[in-house]
Amino acid sequence: MNLDKFVKFPEWFGDWNKNNPTDIYGPIIVMGALGTAVIAVIALFSLGQPFATDSMQTGPRGIGMSVPEFKSDLAKPDPGIATLDEIGDLDGDIIAAMQAWTGIPNLFEDPDSYQYAVGAMMIAMTQNINENWDGHVNANAEVGVTCYTCHRGQPVPSEIWFSIVPVVDRMDGWAAIQNRATSLSQSTSLPSDALESYLLDTQTIGVHDLESRVAGVPGQNDYPGIQHAERTYSLMNYFANSLGVNCVFCHNSRAFYDAGQVTPQWATASLGILMVQELNNDYIVPAGALLPEERLGPRNGDEPKVACKTCHKGYQQPLQGTNVIGDWAQLQSTEGAIELP
Amino acid sequence: MITEYQNIFNQVQVRGPAEMGTDDYGTLMEDRTKSATFSSLFGWFANAQLGPINLGMAGVVSLASGLIWLNIIGFNMLAQVDWSIPEFIRQLFWLALEPPSPEYGLSMPPLNDGGWYIIASFFLLFSVMAWWYRSWQLAAEQKMGKHVFWAFGSAIWLFLVLGLFRPVLMGSWSEAVPYGIFAHLDWTTAFSIRYGNLYYNPFHCLSIVFLYGSALLFAMHGGTILAVTRYGGDRELEQIVDRGTATERAALFWRWTMGFNATMEGIHRWAWWFAVLTPITGGIGILLTGTVVDNWFIWAQEHYFAPTYDGAYGYEAYGTYQDFIGKE
Repeated sequence: MNLDKFVKFPEWFGDWNKNNPTDIYGPIIVMGALGTAVIAVIALFSLGQPFATDSMQTGPRGIGMSVPEFKSDLAKPDPGIATLDEIGDLDGDIIAAMQAWTGIPNLFEDPDSYQYAVGAMMIAMTQNINENWDGHVNANAEVGVTCYTCHRGQPVPSEIWFSIVPVVDRMDGWAAIQNRATSLSQSTSLPSDALESYLLDTQTIGVHDLESRVAGVPGQNDYPGIQHAERTYSLMNYFANSLGVNCVFCHNSRAFYDAGQVTPQWATASLGILMVQELNNDYIVPAGALLPEERLGPRNGDEPKVACKTCHKGYQQPLQGTNVIGDWAQLQSTEGAIELP
Repeated sequence: MITEYQNIFNQVQVRGPAEMGTDDYGTLMEDRTKSATFSSLFGWFANAQLGPINLGMAGVVSLASGLIWLNIIGFNMLAQVDWSIPEFIRQLFWLALEPPSPEYGLSMPPLNDGGWYIIASFFLLFSVMAWWYRSWQLAAEQKMGKHVFWAFGSAIWLFLVLGLFRPVLMGSWSEAVPYGIFAHLDWTTAFSIRYGNLYYNPFHCLSIVFLYGSALLFAMHGGTILAVTRYGGDRELEQIVDRGTATERAALFWRWTMGFNATMEGIHRWAWWFAVLTPITGGIGILLTGTVVDNWFIWAQEHYFAPTYDGAYGYEAYGTYQDFIGKE
């Protein structure tokens, strides 16, 4: 650069520079890189790893079976817990509690409203879950479920789902139900009908043969094809996102099918699958028949349905394992009597 | 300043008259473009000369049918998003042309359930085969060996196993690989999961060995030759027939390193066989999957190369979720 344009340097300065050519760019790059590295190392040691993680071991050591989480995420409790604390125990008034849990202030006040009839069915469902699905709900500790577990103060719970297939109108068969980024495909190009196939309809989730050789033609006599494996994979993606976990929370990923290598969580989840199938078919879909049209699915006009995420909301245990049933004996079993107004 | 000739990112581009190649019988120009140009951009990476190209009838046929294959896929994808170009671009990685549904077996399905896939695949097969023939033809005209032809053939073997041989043996076109960015990756994952973990397929193991081995050999050979270029080692053909100090030093280096060295000629046979065996072994592994073995993990246990744990999993010692989230 010719500095003479800006400043008039003495003549000797220019002469000296001309006679002593020096490569300054090499040293600048080396020193710059070294300096940046030194500052980065000092920052790491003094300020700490900005994205520190912790992990929960799920299987034998040395084979990568763990569920990682950012420490910053672990430090934040499920916001639903604080809201539940604000609602409090309402002096044991179950009607007032149900109104607060569902965010419907006049729930059970008008016997002619559809919420009244649906609410009655939902009470029966809640009691059924607490009594008969103890193995799933209370697998780790006595926590139970109430309206709040799904509703979280909202009249329509978050993370319900509707049928959205076909997602590709112009195609037919398997090509019509996949290759579109949807909420039900977890934004993958996997099939979007996994939830309705496995958690409403009760098709077989497993796609593995339990012997090294099993003859068959894909699509005939229940011999699963590649597409069936993709649909199962779609369901498993949903499971993982619903609970904030990965494959090895339940499986040893070297042999997904092998019941001898699964974790204890696999059994809990299997009960959960059966539970969701029962809830959808015995309670949610029948109750959906009572709903007004605007509550039905935008694509196929079907009833809203539940699955893992409706309760779990991205956590391993709903409300991170908070006991919600303790104060409410009326909801603990199908024997519980609740006097509706 | 003394300049150096380097192979990637040339600082100097050596240019003489365009090299038009041999033409012993005065017939070769019939198939070629007539002139050659020079590109500085090409020269930065490799040879600056562009052309002449000898496309030939096989090349024309190959490009044409390949273009039809690509267009069938593209227009299918475009139809799937109702002919919206913005949606086509936005969802490009998700879109796919899927093989037929399983219920059609090996019959011709409706166009919108795999029919277009079958038609497109036919053109792709034709295109690849025409290009394969061309690689023989061009080598024959130059009186070269057919090593490139056979190497390409090994890739075609894997291609045919995936899209033709295995679906036929399985009795269903639905087993073929979809044409789509994410869709073919989904297929790959699902294929492994469906058949009990492909990592326990010994031919998959071999294929990985040859694939990674190819990369290793490539780095070793490239590194060695560049390192002895200063002694004329980059003139490999001369070094093969008349071994000079470059070869001596390179060979000595590897003998010092591992007691053994390839020869100036033999290293290329190593590289060729490693590359060619990658798809050959991979294709065998795919072909056996679902036709001979349906669960590779169980197969591996039966053949004693998948380890089993002693059963002492120790779950009780792993800590609880409450502990993990700091509520205990």
